[in-house]
Amino acid sequence: MSTTTSDVHAHGGHGEHGEHNPYHQHHFATMEQQFDTSKIGMWLFLVTEVLLFGGLFVGFGLMQARYPREFVEAHTYLQRSLGALNTVVLLVSSWTMVMGVNAAQTSQKDKLVRYLLATILLACVFLVIKYIEYSHKFADHLLPGIFYGHQAEDLIKGTHGYATFFSFYFMMTGLHGIHVVVGIVLLSWLMMRAKRGDFNKEYYTPVDLVGLYWHVVDMIWIYLFPLYYLIS
Amino acid sequence: MSSHNETHSHHGGPRIYTANLFALLFLTVITIVAASFNFGSANVVIALAIATMKATLVALFFMHLVWDKPVNSIIAIAGFLFLGIFLMFDFLDVGTRVNLLPRNMPNMENATPVPDSMNPLKTPAPKPLEPAPAKEAPKE
Repeated sequence: MSTTTSDVHAHGGHGEHGEHNPYHQHHFATMEQQFDTSKIGMWLFLVTEVLLFGGLFVGFGLMQARYPREFVEAHTYLQRSLGALNTVVLLVSSWTMVMGVNAAQTSQKDKLVRYLLATILLACVFLVIKYIEYSHKFADHLLPGIFYGHQAEDLIKGTHGYATFFSFYFMMTGLHGIHVVVGIVLLSWLMMRAKRGDFNKEYYTPVDLVGLYWHVVDMIWIYLFPLYYLIS
Repeated sequence: MSSHNETHSHHGGPRIYTANLFALLFLTVITIVAASFNFGSANVVIALAIATMKATLVALFFMHLVWDKPVNSIIAIAGFLFLGIFLMFDFLDVGTRVNLLPRNMPNMENATPVPDSMNPLKTPAPKPLEPAPAKEAPKE
């Protein structure tokens, strides 16, 4: 027992082997095994993300079944053009992200930095558009739950349904927006490391995993957009 | 690009990604156009079908599932499968709800009315319990 541990430590120091990759952790046999393990872990996390939003989608569906008229009427207060614009922004940002991963896989450092920067900028554009949408809702008192206070006469009868609609709207787009903010932080961290030259075709695991996360954020918006902005 | 990447095989490329982006944008346009027609209750189904197509394109090409080891696809499919079960059973429940009453329940309109003495709504609330008599101080 004690000999094995000391044996591991003897081989443990970095730089003992000339061709040893500095990012290769010693409990993995190969870099490929290490990469695959990280990726499986990331996919498991992403499944929990899908299930988290899935629960909210199911709740939204059930409430829409309960207040069908109010939900359809309330959704006309969302600006379809801004929602569509945000869809395009996120799709393009997914493309710049995957192009960044491709640049990392082919050891093109400058390209990787540029694509990461483009992804961050597009994420910021998304949040700015979201801010414009939210401020319109706030100005009209189209707010969730007990904060709902829109005074238009045609809304008075179905107030409860409208409040429920805006509860779900703010909860789901807000949670999605938090994911976008987290994505910006992660992408900035990646960009810092990419500038330092950490990533190349041998080691690009963080770029790949953040890429997967970013695509899930995009995927959630793909469902949010038609369900909120296009219901009829 | 082909000889020196034995460690991680990746077969995607900028062309495929760009083509995928245009496919996704095209499907977005189709969703918006489809939403402007009134297909009744089929509208939601169409919107969800197109969204699922888009999500599949993202997963297959942007998230590399086409070229990846199958274990990642198995995890992803398992996630969506369980979400599907969740969704399906909830809507089976809501969609098939009727006013559920026991089959052998007597018709309450013809039933003998409950006498007032047994009707909890018509009997006065029971008097609150009288406080227990104070214990006498134990004699020395």
